[in-house]
Amino acid sequence: MKFPFFPEQASTSAQQVDSLYFVLIGISVFFLAIIFLPMIYFLFKYRRGHRANRAPLNISTMRIEVTWTVIPLVLAMGLFAWGAKAYFEMEVPPANALDIDVVGKQWMWKIQHQEGNREINELHIPLGRTVKLTMASEDVIHSFYIPAFRVKQDVVPGRFVTEWFQPTKVGAYHLFCAEYCGADHSKMIGTIYVMPLADYQAWLNRGSGQDTLAQSGARLFRELGCSGCHIGPGTVRAPPLEGLYGKLVPLQTREIVRADDKYIRDSILLPNSQIAAGYQPLMPTFQGHISEEELFQLIAYIKSIANKEPEVAK
Amino acid sequence: MKELATTLERETPALIGSDENYLSAGHTLKSWLLTTDHKRIGLLYLFSISFFFVIAATAAALMRAELVTPQGDLVTSETYNKLFTIHGVLMVWFFLIPSIPSVLGNFIIPMMIGARDVAFPRLNLLSWYLFIGGGLFALYAIVAGGVDTGWTFYAPLSSVYSNTHVVEMATGIFITGFSSILTGLNFIITIQKMRAPGLTWFRLPLFIWSMFATSLILVLATPVLAITLALMVLERVWGIGIFDPKLGGDPILFQHLFWFYSHPAVYIMILPGMGVISELISCFSRKKIFGYKFVAFSSMAIAVLGFLVWGHHMFVSSQSIYAGMIFSILSFLVAIPSAIKVFNWVATLYRGSISLDTPMLYALGFIGLFTIGGLTGLFLATLAVDVHVTDTYFVVAHFHYIMVGGMVSAFMGGLHYWWPKITGRLYPEKLGQLAAIIMFFGFNLTFFPQFILGYLGMPRRYHAYPPEFQIYQVLSTAGASILAIAYLLPVIYLIWSLKHGKKAGANPWQATGLEWKTSSPPPKHNFDEMPIVTEEAYEYPPLSDEGRELEVSKDA
Repeated sequence: MKFPFFPEQASTSAQQVDSLYFVLIGISVFFLAIIFLPMIYFLFKYRRGHRANRAPLNISTMRIEVTWTVIPLVLAMGLFAWGAKAYFEMEVPPANALDIDVVGKQWMWKIQHQEGNREINELHIPLGRTVKLTMASEDVIHSFYIPAFRVKQDVVPGRFVTEWFQPTKVGAYHLFCAEYCGADHSKMIGTIYVMPLADYQAWLNRGSGQDTLAQSGARLFRELGCSGCHIGPGTVRAPPLEGLYGKLVPLQTREIVRADDKYIRDSILLPNSQIAAGYQPLMPTFQGHISEEELFQLIAYIKSIANKEPEVAK
Repeated sequence: MKELATTLERETPALIGSDENYLSAGHTLKSWLLTTDHKRIGLLYLFSISFFFVIAATAAALMRAELVTPQGDLVTSETYNKLFTIHGVLMVWFFLIPSIPSVLGNFIIPMMIGARDVAFPRLNLLSWYLFIGGGLFALYAIVAGGVDTGWTFYAPLSSVYSNTHVVEMATGIFITGFSSILTGLNFIITIQKMRAPGLTWFRLPLFIWSMFATSLILVLATPVLAITLALMVLERVWGIGIFDPKLGGDPILFQHLFWFYSHPAVYIMILPGMGVISELISCFSRKKIFGYKFVAFSSMAIAVLGFLVWGHHMFVSSQSIYAGMIFSILSFLVAIPSAIKVFNWVATLYRGSISLDTPMLYALGFIGLFTIGGLTGLFLATLAVDVHVTDTYFVVAHFHYIMVGGMVSAFMGGLHYWWPKITGRLYPEKLGQLAAIIMFFGFNLTFFPQFILGYLGMPRRYHAYPPEFQIYQVLSTAGASILAIAYLLPVIYLIWSLKHGKKAGANPWQATGLEWKTSSPPPKHNFDEMPIVTEEAYEYPPLSDEGRELEVSKDA
């Protein structure tokens, strides 16, 4: 039987979290000492029958009370600030990360790489590269947890969430679902493989010949009939989608929103919630007709045409 | 009829020292089931919560047995999930929340403030019946096949996906919630309006302050739980979209509502314990509590701040990171009043005359375990660390240090302290001390390994787990078996003491406080004469250098 004491440290955030953890342990030991050493001493010295000065105290307690209020308060605020700073960095993904899509469902993780590779309960990533996961759930809340990276994010149905990390060590690490999700919650586990870049490329190439995520999206775009209105001559009725991704979109309500993953998701599932300025609310909802994985493919396609010019409608 | 009977009794008060007391006032089942005596109602709660504790503890024992091996080989994963749901639901709503308030609070509050009963005795009985009614629904849900959502009932798992008896269980908790609300209401009014002449707010024992703070939370927070569960049932039964995004709802809304109740509920489960500890520390070191007003106001501060920290359960839920920062700083702030209490308790020992009777051992155990529970709370309030340890065994260990290490220690301490008052008999002291010590070590062996397990990354609510975690699970199960002995021992000797314990007399601990000024067991209406209070709480006589009291206590 092994006696592990400390988890593997395999990402940049792991180092940050661990230094905070050790400071917290230090502060805890300090408080335990200033509480328990006097307590044990008093229990011994003032035990009934043992001779000791027990004259009533005639001192003002205010100064003592203020001291032991202010010192913990200052330490607590310091901890808050450090923890919040590290959290902020862990929550906001850096630009130029490797995008990977994750779908959680009872009880498995389905992963799609932009290159088209798909995996279940396994994730292969290159060493040293910043990876950004965009995640969605088909049913209940799950949570994508990699202890060795010290990262965790609940995957909440009905929205996209993101998680990022930068692996610093080659190896195989646990992936756990950390949010209780029903009968086989404890089987919703997997492995993260951190590989040297060359090995990662070789792994990616094993899937060569398949459609990339954007190509699958393009096929769906035609099959679902999106292309009838959103591309080419149809765009009298609906906004063209070339060059859309990442741009600002004026809405009927005079709001202006950015066309990001969330906007495209909402436009497909809840088309009447945000109507682009100058168009009628004609689009039917695709809620229930399209899976989370297909949504990711469509978004990949719309992203892939972000630099194209729309064809002018005749 | 009832009024007439009360008037007659008032005219012919029982004499101190006569055999007539609240226990001998009636022996029929009816005299218990229709009683409006706060002391008997307290005992009805004691029996009922002990019953629920046994079921919930059995569920825990089965889980601990399952976790000895990494494979899920003792029960199926469905059964395991039902076990931790039963354990959580029963322990939280049917044991911890009513433990000190409904048992010790009911029994002691009116006597501590010199009242004949609570403000609304019949409402008090209704509270117990609601509790039992809710309990029956919960038991039905268990017997009919169980519930597998966890005590947190997160949607949309509970509201759409689970195929178990969620509605029955939620109904049970819903009904029991009204019992909490009525008890809280009763206590607030009792404490406000029924204090004996001279018993001003700053002469109140600190137990009363903590129960007052607890009652405010019971009344203000519990309705939100009722709303949350009702909305969840609406979605489950009629498909009204509130939480499930497929029906147009928002699952995060459920968490906000649930924790808006359930975080304050954590303080329902610890504030009464803190009140008991203040009584015990003062009595067994024969000293006035150090910093009375700071301890009193810290209870109120905890009650108020406790309402503003619920979002710290949701740091990885995809709520706004700025909201996360606000909830984090408020969570650090709520730690301060708890720290103030601990420092004041330790300072009370200074120049005291300390005896390590059973209640004091529990009180010292409480300080130790509660401090560890509180300090590990700082880890969880620290945003970046919480991301790693939330939903792991670290959290499980943390809240068990507060709930079991803290609240159950305080409950046991209080039960032993007031046992002579409740029964008129002394429990066997040596056995009591032994059980308290076993409990402390058993508890630490059970739950300390779980901190390490959590930081290693083992998620909670896992039926099977990777083999490298096994050693800590085995240690934890070993500790749980020791803990089981520590719980069994008091059951045996306390029952034994009912017949064979030494007669206690009115005030076996030579304690201050009005509850000790009447006979043990107390007469039905507590006091034969209205007590008049002329001094602050915990006015123990000055001590000699050997720790003897220099003037004879007035009650001796």
